[in-house]
Amino acid sequence: MTEQVARPVKIRTIGRRTDRADGVEKVTGRATYAVEHGVDDGVVDPLHLWLVQSTVAKGRVSAVRAEAALSHPGVVAVIDHTNAPRLHDTDNRELAILQDDRVGFRGQIVALVLAETLEAARQGAALVEVDQEVDPHEVELTEHNATYRPETVNPDMDTDTDEGDVDAAFAQADVVVDHTYRTPYEHNNPLEAHATTAWWESDGGDERLTMFDSTQGVHGVAQSLAPMLGLAPGQIRVRAPYVGGGFGSKGEAHAHVMAAVLAARTTEGRPVKLAVTRQQMFALTGYRTATISHIRLGASADGRLDAIEHIVQEQTSTIREFAEQTASPTRMMYAAPNRRTRHRLARLDVAVPSWMRAPGEMPGMFAQEVAMDELAVSCGVDPILLRELNEPDTDPETGLPFNNRRLVDCLRHGAERFGWAARNREPRATRDGEWWVGTGVASATYPANRMPGNAARVRSLGDGRYAVAIASVDIGTGARTVLSQIAADALDVEPSAIDLEVADTRLPAATVAGGSSGTSSWGTAIVAAAQRFRKDHGDSAEPGLETTATPADDPAEERLSFHSFGAVFAEARVNHWTGEIRVPRLFGVYSVGRVINPMTARSQFLGGLVMGLSAGLFEDSYRDPRLGHVVTQDLATYHVAAHADVLDVDAEWLEESDDTFTPMGSRGIGEIGIVGTAAAVANATFHATGTRVRSLPITVDDFSGADGI
Amino acid sequence: MKDLTYLTADTADSAVELFAATPGAQFLGGGTNLIDHLKLGVATPDALVDISRIPLDRVEEYQDAIGSGLRIGSNVRNSDLAAHPVVRASFPAVSRALLAGASGQIRNQATTGGNLLQRTRCVYFQDVTTPCNKREPGTGCSALEGYGRHNAVLGASDACVATHPSDLAVALAALDASVVVLGPEGERRIALDDLHRLPDDDPSIDTILEPGELITSVELPRTAVAAQSTYRKVRDRASFAFALVSVAAALQVEGGRVSDVRIAWGGVAHKPWRARRAEDWLRGRAITEQTIRAAVAEELTAARTNAQSVYKVPMLTNTTTLALLRLAEEVAQ
Repeated sequence: MTEQVARPVKIRTIGRRTDRADGVEKVTGRATYAVEHGVDDGVVDPLHLWLVQSTVAKGRVSAVRAEAALSHPGVVAVIDHTNAPRLHDTDNRELAILQDDRVGFRGQIVALVLAETLEAARQGAALVEVDQEVDPHEVELTEHNATYRPETVNPDMDTDTDEGDVDAAFAQADVVVDHTYRTPYEHNNPLEAHATTAWWESDGGDERLTMFDSTQGVHGVAQSLAPMLGLAPGQIRVRAPYVGGGFGSKGEAHAHVMAAVLAARTTEGRPVKLAVTRQQMFALTGYRTATISHIRLGASADGRLDAIEHIVQEQTSTIREFAEQTASPTRMMYAAPNRRTRHRLARLDVAVPSWMRAPGEMPGMFAQEVAMDELAVSCGVDPILLRELNEPDTDPETGLPFNNRRLVDCLRHGAERFGWAARNREPRATRDGEWWVGTGVASATYPANRMPGNAARVRSLGDGRYAVAIASVDIGTGARTVLSQIAADALDVEPSAIDLEVADTRLPAATVAGGSSGTSSWGTAIVAAAQRFRKDHGDSAEPGLETTATPADDPAEERLSFHSFGAVFAEARVNHWTGEIRVPRLFGVYSVGRVINPMTARSQFLGGLVMGLSAGLFEDSYRDPRLGHVVTQDLATYHVAAHADVLDVDAEWLEESDDTFTPMGSRGIGEIGIVGTAAAVANATFHATGTRVRSLPITVDDFSGADGI
Repeated sequence: MKDLTYLTADTADSAVELFAATPGAQFLGGGTNLIDHLKLGVATPDALVDISRIPLDRVEEYQDAIGSGLRIGSNVRNSDLAAHPVVRASFPAVSRALLAGASGQIRNQATTGGNLLQRTRCVYFQDVTTPCNKREPGTGCSALEGYGRHNAVLGASDACVATHPSDLAVALAALDASVVVLGPEGERRIALDDLHRLPDDDPSIDTILEPGELITSVELPRTAVAAQSTYRKVRDRASFAFALVSVAAALQVEGGRVSDVRIAWGGVAHKPWRARRAEDWLRGRAITEQTIRAAVAEELTAARTNAQSVYKVPMLTNTTTLALLRLAEEVAQ
């Protein structure tokens, strides 16, 4: 593969409001999602699949009795661990379904029903009788059982860090804040439920697997499945032309994908369609672990931090390890010579946790930013000034200079726009009729990530038009649109002159739409390919000439610490009588490098803020400790913010360009909007009422005292 | 879902006949609750008798020996009833209760009769893999010691702690509405307050309706106190959520003393909870924050809570106090 150093592009359409490239297809219902493909896309005469799930949290499947299901009209087959195709590699126990009789969590896939219609498959699944031997289970995260120390935390970070003498520093500190903060289990709940269509073909003995999958990364799916199926990744084709959101839950293949693939293995080439239900998503497609954060801040009387300690307790599953990096932002956020972080896990008999928007930063910054608010109150210092006082000169974790740390600019700009100067610092000082009124602030941060392993292809179509191809997936973020803008600028043409092809493993490799890394990673590859194309073929290339290139490693990554920053402001009103909470204003200011498309970027920030508000006040997966599964398993009982909860929400960004990070001058924007938002809301409810709530979600009953709040 | 027979009825009489002639039948109205249950396996009827085409879709004034009022056809949609000018003017609690329920789309689809007969949203009732005495008698109550945020605190039993989810029913209970019911034996009237039952040892039965009985209308008597009524609902988000607690209240004051008062609660029991002890306590007294709190305390002596539902007692007290104090202000003006 040709390597090309990607140089800063000449800005032409980057920064211009640009309509979504696929907006019309989506709003007119012509966009085809993973189980909506038909004959035109090779999905001929498909069978429908339904999942049968365990109803015990731990144990063994002693028998799967399929007679009743098989005699139901339309049911074609029932597959269980005794007759499922064998896998070549079963190390990933989340994906290695139906390979043995073990049950590791309630809701695990224990059988599959294939039928001619969706309805027959569903009814067939209801008729399958599963005999289970029950073992005692442990499914509850507590401060007592979260004691296991993982080797690393995600994605590959130190589990613990120590610097200086934390205990001595606390002993000498003028002010110590020492509290425990909790966040609940949260489920990603993208609008489009997870879904897969899969079929196998044999071409002269060469087996091929073809899939439409609702995923954040087509290559990632092929790479994770291939060794388990005994295939080379090139034998698997995965496409995801339209995906209705992911929020991390489609960042990697989950068990249902393997279910569709294994079932399709048995149908002699007939495609298999699997649409996971909303309820099944609560067991099978990932979620954010609950977290317990013990935070200690030691400071001088005027608020200068001398020691920071963040001890995290959270959970993983027994069948597969997933260690959320909850203390990671604490390591780099504020200056303090003495620092300690820890991550300890409980290994439970539960569904496998996974990625959810801003893994680590979202729960970690909730804890830290509420603790900072408590420190501000203890020291009598304005919370914005407190953060300014504790600005580090270099990254406290690595010692490297930050490339572009503008937290203070975000805080000051936001303060001005939000009207912070008029704030009465006293909590519980403002009442408007039935409502206590308060405001709060929190910092936000997210690492700027750019992944290796991306390539793009540029081909001349003649008449000044170009085909640009990369396997990246647009999960609804607007990636198609911004990649067209980037390609246009890199080739110095209008976006309308670009035919962009994405989301197919036959295209040059692209990494996942996750970690706020997509646009940075794919865009840099497109710029590299475009610049190489111009070098190879000049400004007026003959039709058919093409170049595929991958960006050369960037030495700046070694000498700078790349992060984005932001500041979130919230106004909260808490009803004196009922405890009801309203957030009439939510405002974020972000430093994220150059914004490529203000329209889709604004949507990302607002979406992040709303999801943060939702985490602050509503989202809560209640796992029943006796039964082992989440019982709030639909959108009627797992609440996300409704329209009436989302009032004046707005976001702005600093005008800037980060040419050291990407040739577009941009950094990622997908996750930072959720970071700190719940803390800002929590801090505002404290300022309104004088009651500090340290556990999410903050709910009406937190404020329903005998005589009101 | 399992196969079933789908039948439609054009008149209330034919609906009742079809039902009687069809084993394992269930009536289908707007379907906003029953269709979910079919998918989830919570309801497994052999046949559906669709009553949504029966022209029971009018709101009419009635006059009889006892008095006057509104007769609301059981197929009147929730959104239409909420917007009806007479309902808004003379029965504000009913309009407010409807608008506090569900979402715009669901209110457009849901019917008056169906709203009253919707079933609990208890998470265990809706999950067929868990024990539930209401869904499967004799299997036990998972909510008793499980997810208890929505549990009943009044009138519950060890067999069931489910709450009735309707907002409309709470307002109708407060305003002494009745349902008109047609069955194989003919027509009868049931006071709204008597329609739903407490779980006792058989929570599988929600109401006192006999199998095959169809609600054809709701009668809402016109009273002076009904015109001075309100509904206040507290829920986990600003819309589209079931009540944690809700209060329907109506108030008349003469010479500074309560001459008539109605209080009904939602979110606290297996039925809309008419707080008659609190009403009795208040009647003849001045309306102050203290008297209201004392009246509510009187009613809530019977409350039984656990760690997850204990918040409902102060929340209900505060919300009732708020609702009645605001009504008193309105009445005074």
